[in-house]
Amino acid sequence: MLQEESDLSLVIAQIVQKLKGSNLYAQLERQAWASLQRPEIKLQSLKEDIKEFFKISGWEKKLQNAVYSELSVFPLPSHPAAPPEHLKEPLVYMRKAQGSWEKRILKSLNSMCTELSIPLARKRPVGEQKELLNKWNEMGTDEPDLSLFRPVYAPKDFLEVLINLRNPNYENGDSLSFRTHLGLIQVPLKVKDIPELKEFFVELGLTTGQLGIDDSTQVPPELFENEHVRIGQKVLAEQDSAAAQQYIRQGSPTALRAELWALILNISSQPEDILYYEQLKTNVIQHDLLVDSLIYKDVKLTASNDDYYFVFEDYLYQVLLCFSRDTSVLGHFAYNSASPPKSYIRGKLGLEEYAVFYPPNGVIPFHGFSMYVAPLCFLYHEPSKLYQIFREMYVRFFFRLHSISSHPSGIVSLCLLFETLLQTYLPQLFYHLREIGAQPCKVSIWFLTHRTVP
Amino acid sequence: MSRVSVPCHVKGTVALQVGDVRTSQGRPGVLVIDVTFPSVAPFELQEIMFKNYYTAFLSIRVRQHTSTHTPPKWVTCLRDYCLMPDPHSEEGAQEYISLFKHQMLCDMARVLELRLILRQPSPLWVSFTVEELQIYQQGPKSPSMTFPKWLSHPVPCEQPAPLIEGLPDPSRVSSEVQQMWALTEMIRASHTSTRIGRFDVDGCYDLNLLSYT
Repeated sequence: MLQEESDLSLVIAQIVQKLKGSNLYAQLERQAWASLQRPEIKLQSLKEDIKEFFKISGWEKKLQNAVYSELSVFPLPSHPAAPPEHLKEPLVYMRKAQGSWEKRILKSLNSMCTELSIPLARKRPVGEQKELLNKWNEMGTDEPDLSLFRPVYAPKDFLEVLINLRNPNYENGDSLSFRTHLGLIQVPLKVKDIPELKEFFVELGLTTGQLGIDDSTQVPPELFENEHVRIGQKVLAEQDSAAAQQYIRQGSPTALRAELWALILNISSQPEDILYYEQLKTNVIQHDLLVDSLIYKDVKLTASNDDYYFVFEDYLYQVLLCFSRDTSVLGHFAYNSASPPKSYIRGKLGLEEYAVFYPPNGVIPFHGFSMYVAPLCFLYHEPSKLYQIFREMYVRFFFRLHSISSHPSGIVSLCLLFETLLQTYLPQLFYHLREIGAQPCKVSIWFLTHRTVP
Repeated sequence: MSRVSVPCHVKGTVALQVGDVRTSQGRPGVLVIDVTFPSVAPFELQEIMFKNYYTAFLSIRVRQHTSTHTPPKWVTCLRDYCLMPDPHSEEGAQEYISLFKHQMLCDMARVLELRLILRQPSPLWVSFTVEELQIYQQGPKSPSMTFPKWLSHPVPCEQPAPLIEGLPDPSRVSSEVQQMWALTEMIRASHTSTRIGRFDVDGCYDLNLLSYT
């Protein structure tokens, strides 16, 4: 009991500390000061009256949503003796594997720089800045020569690293035994079996309504669809993030999806957010990064060639180029097993006051990265909102799909879950694929790293 | 609650195994670690902290000092505490753990020696142990202060001067002023921790290569 109470106080203190730096805190303060004019706020019961005012005016709900958001994103405080790297990834061998993988990426990027004699970053001359500003909304029409650039890595390279992941304390043995995993992933992470998955995804059960299944044309809408849409509208009217998250487990009506996702991620387009996006845009105009060429190449190779996504090409540049400049993304490395690459200002190698992260957001894009943004373009058409949604989804979910970690929602666990389920419930298919050299994970790695949202 | 680390001597692990260690195929599933406190008098144990390394279950036995002339006996204070919910998988395998005296089965008032019994029934792991073992006892209580006489024995209230007509009640005003002061102090004490968002150094972001360190 004692331990739980002190854990709770620690969580509360952590959340309060995080929220103190936010826009919401400043707004609440302003509202509190302004409310002193109101007749119902009495001096002798100041605290209680202001709390009541917040409840009635909807500000308490906004605070609730912000707290819920923090709880969803930030991991619970761990043991006080645990060092920060333990919070990123508790297993030492996985940390080491992630470190070596990152080193390979750095070497690859550095060698590309040296071969092409292009700096990692440079300030754009004024003329070039003006030119870029003019064609900001149609960067897709640009056809720069990207033939010399190559993606830093592709999902299949990453899969090779995952296949070779080994726990030094795990007895693999030379001969095939009960210890050997028949799939590609050879680390014994805990994955759920079907009964546990049934409990975890209880809303997908046969007796619960689900949009996409129970709203097909043969099913009368009075049975499920109408009521579910009505509840969705009510959830949006209440502006409650936690309720929206629960509601959406039974599917989201197409018309409400954009708003529901924004509510769950606690994204509301405030003037400050639009200003922040404009600031990022200015950063893109002023500085040219090598990473920009990688983004261009990736968009041209993937989304532009896709029947569904080619129309969104311009949006993709507007989001991804700004994303690379966003230093607020650095915060997620506290709970990501990955670490942001470092560099030094030219001529100041080794001097800590001239150390910077590269790119500013610490994320080096790989082949297929733009496909994380592409589906969101169907829902959001305003660039700053689209940007906010993508950034929040990245720091909550997408980063787990391309970093080596033991987290249950990480790519290693997902691959192992896929292989284990296939092996258990479709053993003949699994065996056949193995025999013809088409290991199931190799076939589906693109899908797993791109379309799976935990 | 303050706590003080107790210097301890951790003896080498002893494996318990049936049969001959050399010829047996399997690896031991039970290890025993003895912890002694050579330079410390019998103390009250507050907390045991360690980093797990693939141990599935932990039992702890303690030998305590007894006031009578009987020799101290071994008593089990923790039985089969689960560190890894599934001994065959990685969950909990490398976690930091703290065990407190209120979790123990017996009183931990005069500890002489501890014996940690580690169990790992799964044959999948090459070795298992616990690392960075630290034992804590209760820290010293805050020193008692002597209060000046007028604080500990306040003079009985004097009769307040009669209220002048039209002025508010002074005790009410003072409580309201107290509340306002508390609020202003809170606002003054809070500070934001937002980053400014700059990624360059004085407007310069000219970089050549990435650093490997």
